Formats: sequence, structure tokens, C-alpha cells
Amino acid sequence: MTAVPALAVEDLSVEFRTRSGIVKVLDHVGFSVDKGETVALVGESGSGKSVTAFAVMGILDPAGKVTSGRALFGGADLLALSERDLAEQRGRELSMIFQNPRTALNPIRKVGQQIADVLVRHGGATRSDAPRAAVEMLKRVRIPDPERRVEAYPFELSGGMCQRIMIAIALACRPALLIADEPTTGLDVTTQAVIMDLIGELAHESGMATIFITHDLALAAEYCDRIVVMHAGHVVEAAPARELFAHPRHPYSAKLLAATPGETVSLAELASIPGGLPDLRRPDLPACRYSGRCERRIDDCTKPLPHRVVDERHVVSCWNPL
Amino acid sequence: MIPLLRHARYVLSENPVTGLAFALFAMLLVAAIFGPMLAPYSPLQSNAAMALKPPSAAHWFGTDQLGRDIFSRVLVATRLDLSIAFASVILAFMLGALSGVAAGYFGGWTDRVVGRLADTIMAFPLFVLAMGIVAALGNEVINIVIATAIINFPLYARVARAEANVRREAGFVEAARLSGNGEARVLLGHVLPNIMPIMMVQMSLTMGYAILNAAGLSFIGLGVRPPAPEWGIMVAEGANFIQSGEWWIALFPGAALMLAVFCFNLLGDGLRDIIDPRQRT
Amino acid sequence: MLKLLLSRLATAVPSIVGVVVVTFMLTRLLPGDPAAYFAGLAASPQAIAEIRTKLGLDKSLPEQFVGYIVDLAHGNLGNSLSTGQPVVTEIATRLPASAELTLFALILAVGIAIPLGVLAAVKQGTWIDHLCRIVTTAGVSLPVFFTGLLFAYVFYYLLQWAPAPSGRLDVFLSPPTHITGFYLIDSALTGNMEVFWGALRQLALPAISMAIFSLAPLARMTRGSMLSVLGSDFIRTARASGLAPGTVVFTYAFRNAVLPVITVLGMVFSFLLGANVLVETVFAWPGIGLYAVNALITSDYAPVQGFVLTMAVLYVALNLAIDLLYGLVDPRVRLDS
Ligand SMILES: Nc1ncnc2c1ncn2[C@@H]1O[C@H](COP(=O)(O)OP(=O)(O)OP(=O)(O)O)[C@@H](O)[C@H]1O
Ligand code: SF4
Ligand SMILES: [Mg+2]
Repeated sequence: MTAVPALAVEDLSVEFRTRSGIVKVLDHVGFSVDKGETVALVGESGSGKSVTAFAVMGILDPAGKVTSGRALFGGADLLALSERDLAEQRGRELSMIFQNPRTALNPIRKVGQQIADVLVRHGGATRSDAPRAAVEMLKRVRIPDPERRVEAYPFELSGGMCQRIMIAIALACRPALLIADEPTTGLDVTTQAVIMDLIGELAHESGMATIFITHDLALAAEYCDRIVVMHAGHVVEAAPARELFAHPRHPYSAKLLAATPGETVSLAELASIPGGLPDLRRPDLPACRYSGRCERRIDDCTKPLPHRVVDERHVVSCWNPL
Repeated sequence: MIPLLRHARYVLSENPVTGLAFALFAMLLVAAIFGPMLAPYSPLQSNAAMALKPPSAAHWFGTDQLGRDIFSRVLVATRLDLSIAFASVILAFMLGALSGVAAGYFGGWTDRVVGRLADTIMAFPLFVLAMGIVAALGNEVINIVIATAIINFPLYARVARAEANVRREAGFVEAARLSGNGEARVLLGHVLPNIMPIMMVQMSLTMGYAILNAAGLSFIGLGVRPPAPEWGIMVAEGANFIQSGEWWIALFPGAALMLAVFCFNLLGDGLRDIIDPRQRT
Repeated sequence: MLKLLLSRLATAVPSIVGVVVVTFMLTRLLPGDPAAYFAGLAASPQAIAEIRTKLGLDKSLPEQFVGYIVDLAHGNLGNSLSTGQPVVTEIATRLPASAELTLFALILAVGIAIPLGVLAAVKQGTWIDHLCRIVTTAGVSLPVFFTGLLFAYVFYYLLQWAPAPSGRLDVFLSPPTHITGFYLIDSALTGNMEVFWGALRQLALPAISMAIFSLAPLARMTRGSMLSVLGSDFIRTARASGLAPGTVVFTYAFRNAVLPVITVLGMVFSFLLGANVLVETVFAWPGIGLYAVNALITSDYAPVQGFVLTMAVLYVALNLAIDLLYGLVDPRVRLDS
């Protein structure tokens, strides 16, 4: 347990400049992922999961700004690297796959070339043997008939196939960390399972650390070692998956779980958590951003949030946890 | 209406150029309405003794080969140039909006006929078609208006068709239909008014093009005939003196033309920001 | 690809039919008696009657239309009154001059507009972005005949950098051997550098005037489509894969952004072919535009009709070429058909 985590995010705050003022999208977010571990980042839409991933990767929109924090990865702080150094790391040491695989691939470039581009860029192959390496990658992500498929354009492939191509691009250079941002959204249920199994296997094979961003608690429980719950730009609770399911401590986590009756219900469909996310543009945001919806609120809740360590691997940010 | 006004104010403060365009527009209107009253000289009175004089205190823009005051001619020409452009835009709007709305609303063969007509017009380089039309119809101002309207027709028809098509199934149209209104009433009373804002933007954007087109036609000797003061003709007359260095004869009418087109183009962009909700961010 | 070619050719057919019908209608629209127009103002009644029979105006409209088609099929566009020559020959000899001017202007416009649009999008909100906006708005607002005159005054009369605005070549130089009819290409092919520079100097001002006018739609479209492509998901993927900025902007973003720019080329050609007439008038450029304008002045209608028809057919052909180019760049179009 003393080993250095693959990625440690500390104190990460991100703001967006918008026409209607500055939005404090992330507020002192912290979590870590160990080598070979799969961590789920869950929370309702708008809670800041994608922004967290983009900030770590250094691909935030120009309107977004990191105002505090560190992201320690391989001995360096990713947030302090220059764009040029970071670009060297992206795609080689840390990779990301996105939702909507169809739009996430260049529509007018052959998929084999798109894989080859990454390999050549990071020295994984030379221009001349890149096509063969691309075929190898397609084999690794179990695409049937890889010799023919490298010549295909994204529009000629199904969504599931495109997501495999995305995975091939992300894993081409055997990164140490993979961030998968809702990789199964927009795919049908059977394909979802296939894709998740594939990511899980490949991660296991190469001892890769994985961050899995999702709405879907059931999916998170099935595939992840640990779960980090986000709400309105705060990490409210982090715990091993099984423990979180058995004993959620944060009122929000509990609500999430209570609202997840079956295995296939995802957070997106839940309207049962009363209230919505607070308006993050307000200058006078309460210390606990859940307090507007919370049934367990006490007087202390207006004070800066505590970090309560339930046990070594279970942390909750709440004055009155369950 | 109030949110629209607030939005307009926001757009103006965000983009002061639109404010400038409105100011220019006001100037053009004044020149078009009061031009003949404001002109210091008669635009047609020639004066051989004063021919080809460069700009001076007496003649701000100089005089032309017949000794006519160019400032007065440029000022008085505003009305004719703007009227031609405005008339043609209105005509194009009426033809285009009506047939486009009908095409989008009824679909079927109405749609096909209107579409084919628009496609045929678009198969020509537009200015060339306008030349051919004026040449065929005869060298009259009204024919410039008709030709300019015809070449702008497809734009209006297409925009109107697309908008009407989208709105065909809209709730308010359905409601109007169910409450026993005839097709024509639904079309004119409910669909057309709803696409007016976007058509206004279109009109303002095509005004600039219409002015250019009309001036181009008269530049090559079609439509307006001398000695009528008109910017395109005046530039054409000045063209003969450029090589001998009498720049002012062509420059001032040309600059007026440019300013007018510039004004309508800016205005169109500004109006689009204000009116077209899809462009709002 | 062959399939694409055929399907696009098929879509050009209705356009050509439309063009032929409209040009036919234009001749019948002539106010008063078309025969009188075609005969010229000073013609005797007898001559008019002769023309009427010759033009077949005494026949019914459908018969006339068939006659028109037959004439077209034989490449017969009638004769010019002022020169007595067949319109087809005169247009054919003058076409290279117009084509050289128009294509050169197009190359200039594309060469300026696309880098400007790309830079404006990549450096959104900086001075180059504002420059792009000013250039495009000013560009479409400048009447092309006025810019031409202004250039002639400044660069010929004041600075004497440019030659007199009169034609394709200085009177002291003789045209290069006819190969393509493009002076620049022909003189380069025959190694006649003096004529090459002479032709280039004559070409510069009219071509720049036209380029400025047609630049705006290209630059606007480039900027807009670059911006939308740069914000798209696959660019984020490319950045997340650590691809070099140059690869992201050119191989990934630009090649996608150029697709809408290709579609706007049709409009650019419409602008250019129209502007062609005006610019040829200003610079006494011996192309088909000037030919038509001179014919208009003398009420010589056969050349005008021939000109409108030629321009329209050229325009349809250019649009066809644009469609095919689009298919070449976009695999979705190429492979779907
Ligand atoms: N470019 C941006 N400009 C302004 N605000 C932004 C921008 N991107 C994200 N945000 C804001 O950041 C917040 C978090 O967004 P984020 O995309 O991280 O949510 P998420 O948890 O990934 O949600 P989802 O499940 O819908 O993907 C949202 O409130 C959103 O409005
Ligand atoms: S800190 Fe207070 S308000 Fe916030 S979740 Fe805990 S109990 Fe509820
Ligand atoms: Mg997200």
C-alpha cells in the first residue's frame, strides 16, 4: 500500500469563463489510481467527470483554466508540463477513449492510418511498418478480418467496431494509464458488455491503471475495484466498490444507490433525487454543494468540508455521514 | 419583444460595428429622401467653363467632363440606386417567399416546380443571367429591378421553403389547421409571419448584393441611361478619365456605392445576430 | 468513381436543359420584333423580313425551339452583325483570354483566402482574425469595376508600376505561339520570358481586382468550417493521442474543413464569371465579357445570347467538376455512390 499510485490528483480546481460569468466547475478534486487498478468516476450529468479527465490530459477547451492542483503521474506533475512535453506523453503514457466512437474518429481518414499516425508519432513504428503494426493492433482488439478493416473509413464500420478502433488507438503505445469516458454510451447492451470486457482484459494484461467514467453504477460495480463519487465538482466519497455498495456513507452516494434498483438502471434515467445541481456561477456557493438537496443537513454543514477517513481506503466529505 | 430588445442591446454593445452600420443606414436614408433638397447644385446642369475641376471648397467632389457638380450628383443618385435595390429585393422577397412557403408547406409537385425553377436560375452565373435578362427585356430601369429580383429569387425561395418545411408540423400550424382554417389562411396567416424575421435578415443581406448588381449593370450601359445621376454610370463615365489622372469623377460615386453596400452587409450580419435565434450563443 | 461521375453527369442534364430553355426564351422575350433587333436598327423592312425567315420567327414556338436545338447541336450560335463572323468562332478565339484571367484570379483568391481563414480560426480572436473579418466584409462590398479603376489609377497613373490597362499584352510584344491560348503557359512553354513577364504584368491588376471580390466567401467558409472542425470530437481524439500540432491542424482538421470550402467554390465561380464582364470592360481585356458588352452597346444580340449560353454551360461544367472534386476528397461520397 505504500507503492506510488499511477496517478494522484490533488486539489484540482478548474474554472470556465463563460458569457454569464466564471463557472467553478471543479473545486479541490482529489483521488488516486494505483497501478493495475480500475477506478470508476461516477456522478450525475454535469458533475465534472469529463472536465476532470480533460484537465488531467491537458485538453481542456481554451475557455477552461486550471486554477489549482497537481496531477502526479510517473514522477511529474502533468498540470505543470508544457504543452509540448504533455503532447509527448499523451497517447504514449496516458490515453483516453471517448463516448460516441463514430464522431471521435476522423471521418475521412482510413482507420488504419489513424492508428498508424499515433504509432509513428510516438516511435511505436516507422512509417513503412506502421500499416502492419496497425493490423496487429486490430487483432489485439479482436476485430475480425483486420487486413481488410484497416482500409475502412469510420462510416463503414458499426459503432462497436469504431469503439474498438478507438481502443486500438488509445492502447497502441501501451500506456500506463487509460481514461475511458463513458466508452459504452451509444452502443447497444451486448456490445457494451463486449467492449467493457475487452478494456478490462487488455488493462489486466498490461497492468495498466484505468479510470472509467460512467453514469452506470451497476457497470461500475461490475468492472471496477474502487468508486469515486463526484457531485457538482466535489469528490464526495471514495471507497472500494463492494464497500460503497454495502455501506455508502455520503448522503448523495446513498441516494444514488437507493435509486439504483435493478442492474441496468443508469443514473441518467433517475429523476428521484430531489433538486438539481447548484448553480456553479454563484459567488456564494455553500461549502457543501449538496446541502440544498440534503436531508441530513446540520448546522456544522456551513463550515468547510472535512475529509473523514472511514478506513484507509474509504474517505467521505461530509459533516453528518451515515 | 423585451428579451429581443435586450438581446439587441447586448449585440450592439458586443459588436459596435453594427451600431456604425445603423448610423450609416440612417445617413443613406436621409440622402435618399432629402438628397435633391440638400444638393447645392442641380445634378443635371452642365457648365462647360467648370469642366473637370478637382475637388474644391465650391465643389467638394469636383466637377465632371460637363462641369456638373459631382457631390450633388452622388447625393441625388442615392435615391435611384437604393430604390432599384429595394424594389428588386421586395420583388424577390414576394416571389421567393410565397413560392418557397408554398413549396415547403405543400410539398409534392409544387415543391418540384419551384425547386426546378430555382435550380435553373442557379445554373447561371447570376450577373451574366441578369445581363441577358436586361438585354432581352430592354434597356429600362424597371428591367434592372426585374433581373435583380429574378437572380435573387432562388435564395428567398430556398430559405422560405426550408423554414416552412420545418414549421409544417409545428404545433401552432396544426392548431390553426384544426380550428378550421383553410390551407391558404394557414399559409399566409400563420406560416409566413413566422418566417418573417429570418426573411428580414435575408433581405438585408441581399440589399448589398442588389445594389452591386444594379450598379454593375448600369456600369456596362444597361438599364439606367445618362444623364440620370446613378453611381454605376458615374463610375463608368469617370473610367474614361482615370488614365489621364482625373480620379475624382469615378472615385466619389464609387466610394458612395462601396459605403452603401458595406452598410447593408454589416447591417445584415448584425440583424442576423439579433433575430436568428439559432446563431445566438 | 465511374459511378459517381455518371450520377453527377446525370444531375447536370436538367441544368443544361434549363439553360437551353432559358436562353431560348430570352431571344423570344426581346421587346417588339426580335427580327428587327437581330437585323439591327438601320435595317430595311425587307432585311427584317429576311432575317425573320432566316431565324425561323415565322414558325410556331415549338418549331422555333426545335430549330434552336438543331442550330445548337451544329454549333451554330448565329452571326455577329458588326463583324459578320460566326459567334461561335469569335467566342472560341476569345475564351482563352477570359479563362486565363478567371483561373488566375481564382488561384489568387484561394491562395489568400484559405491560409487567412485557417489562421483566423486557429488564432481566433487575435488581430489576424479581425483582419480576416475586415477583409471579407470589405471584399464583398467593393464593386469590382471600382476596385479595378482604383488600381489602374494608383498603380498605372500614379506609381507607374503597372502597364496601361489595355489588353493582355503590351502592343510592342507579340503574343506567344498558340498552344493553350493562355499567354502565361504558352510563353513559359516556349521559354519566352519577356512575353511571360509582360503577360503577367498585364494580368496582375485585373486578376487581383477579381480575387479581392471573390475572396470573401472562401475565407469566411474556411474560417467557419475550421472553427467547427477544431471543436469536434475527433480533433479532441487527435490531441488526446498526442499528435503533433501540425498533424492535428493540417492532416486532421484542414482536410475535413476543406469540404464545405469546396462546395462554396460554386458560388465563387458565379461571382468570378460575373465579375469577369466588368473587369474586362475596365481593363479592355479581349475576352468574351468585353465581347458581349461591346455587342450590347451596338444592339448586336446574337453575340450576347451566345455569351450567356457559353457562360452558363461553362458554369454547369465547373459545378460538375466541383462535385467530382468533392467526391475525390470525401470518401463518404465516393464510396456511397
Ligand atoms: N467548455 C465549457 N464551457 C463552460 N462550461 C463547461 C464547459 N465544459 C464543461 N462545462 C461545465 O462543467 C460542468 C461539468 O461538465 P462535465 O462535462 O465534466 O460533466 P460530466 O460529469 O462529464 O457530465 P456528463 O455525464 O453529462 O458527461 C458542467 O456544468 C458544464 O456546464
Ligand atoms: S455536509 Fe451536511 S449537507 Fe452536505 S451532504 Fe453532509 S450532511 Fe448533507
Ligand atoms: Mg462527460
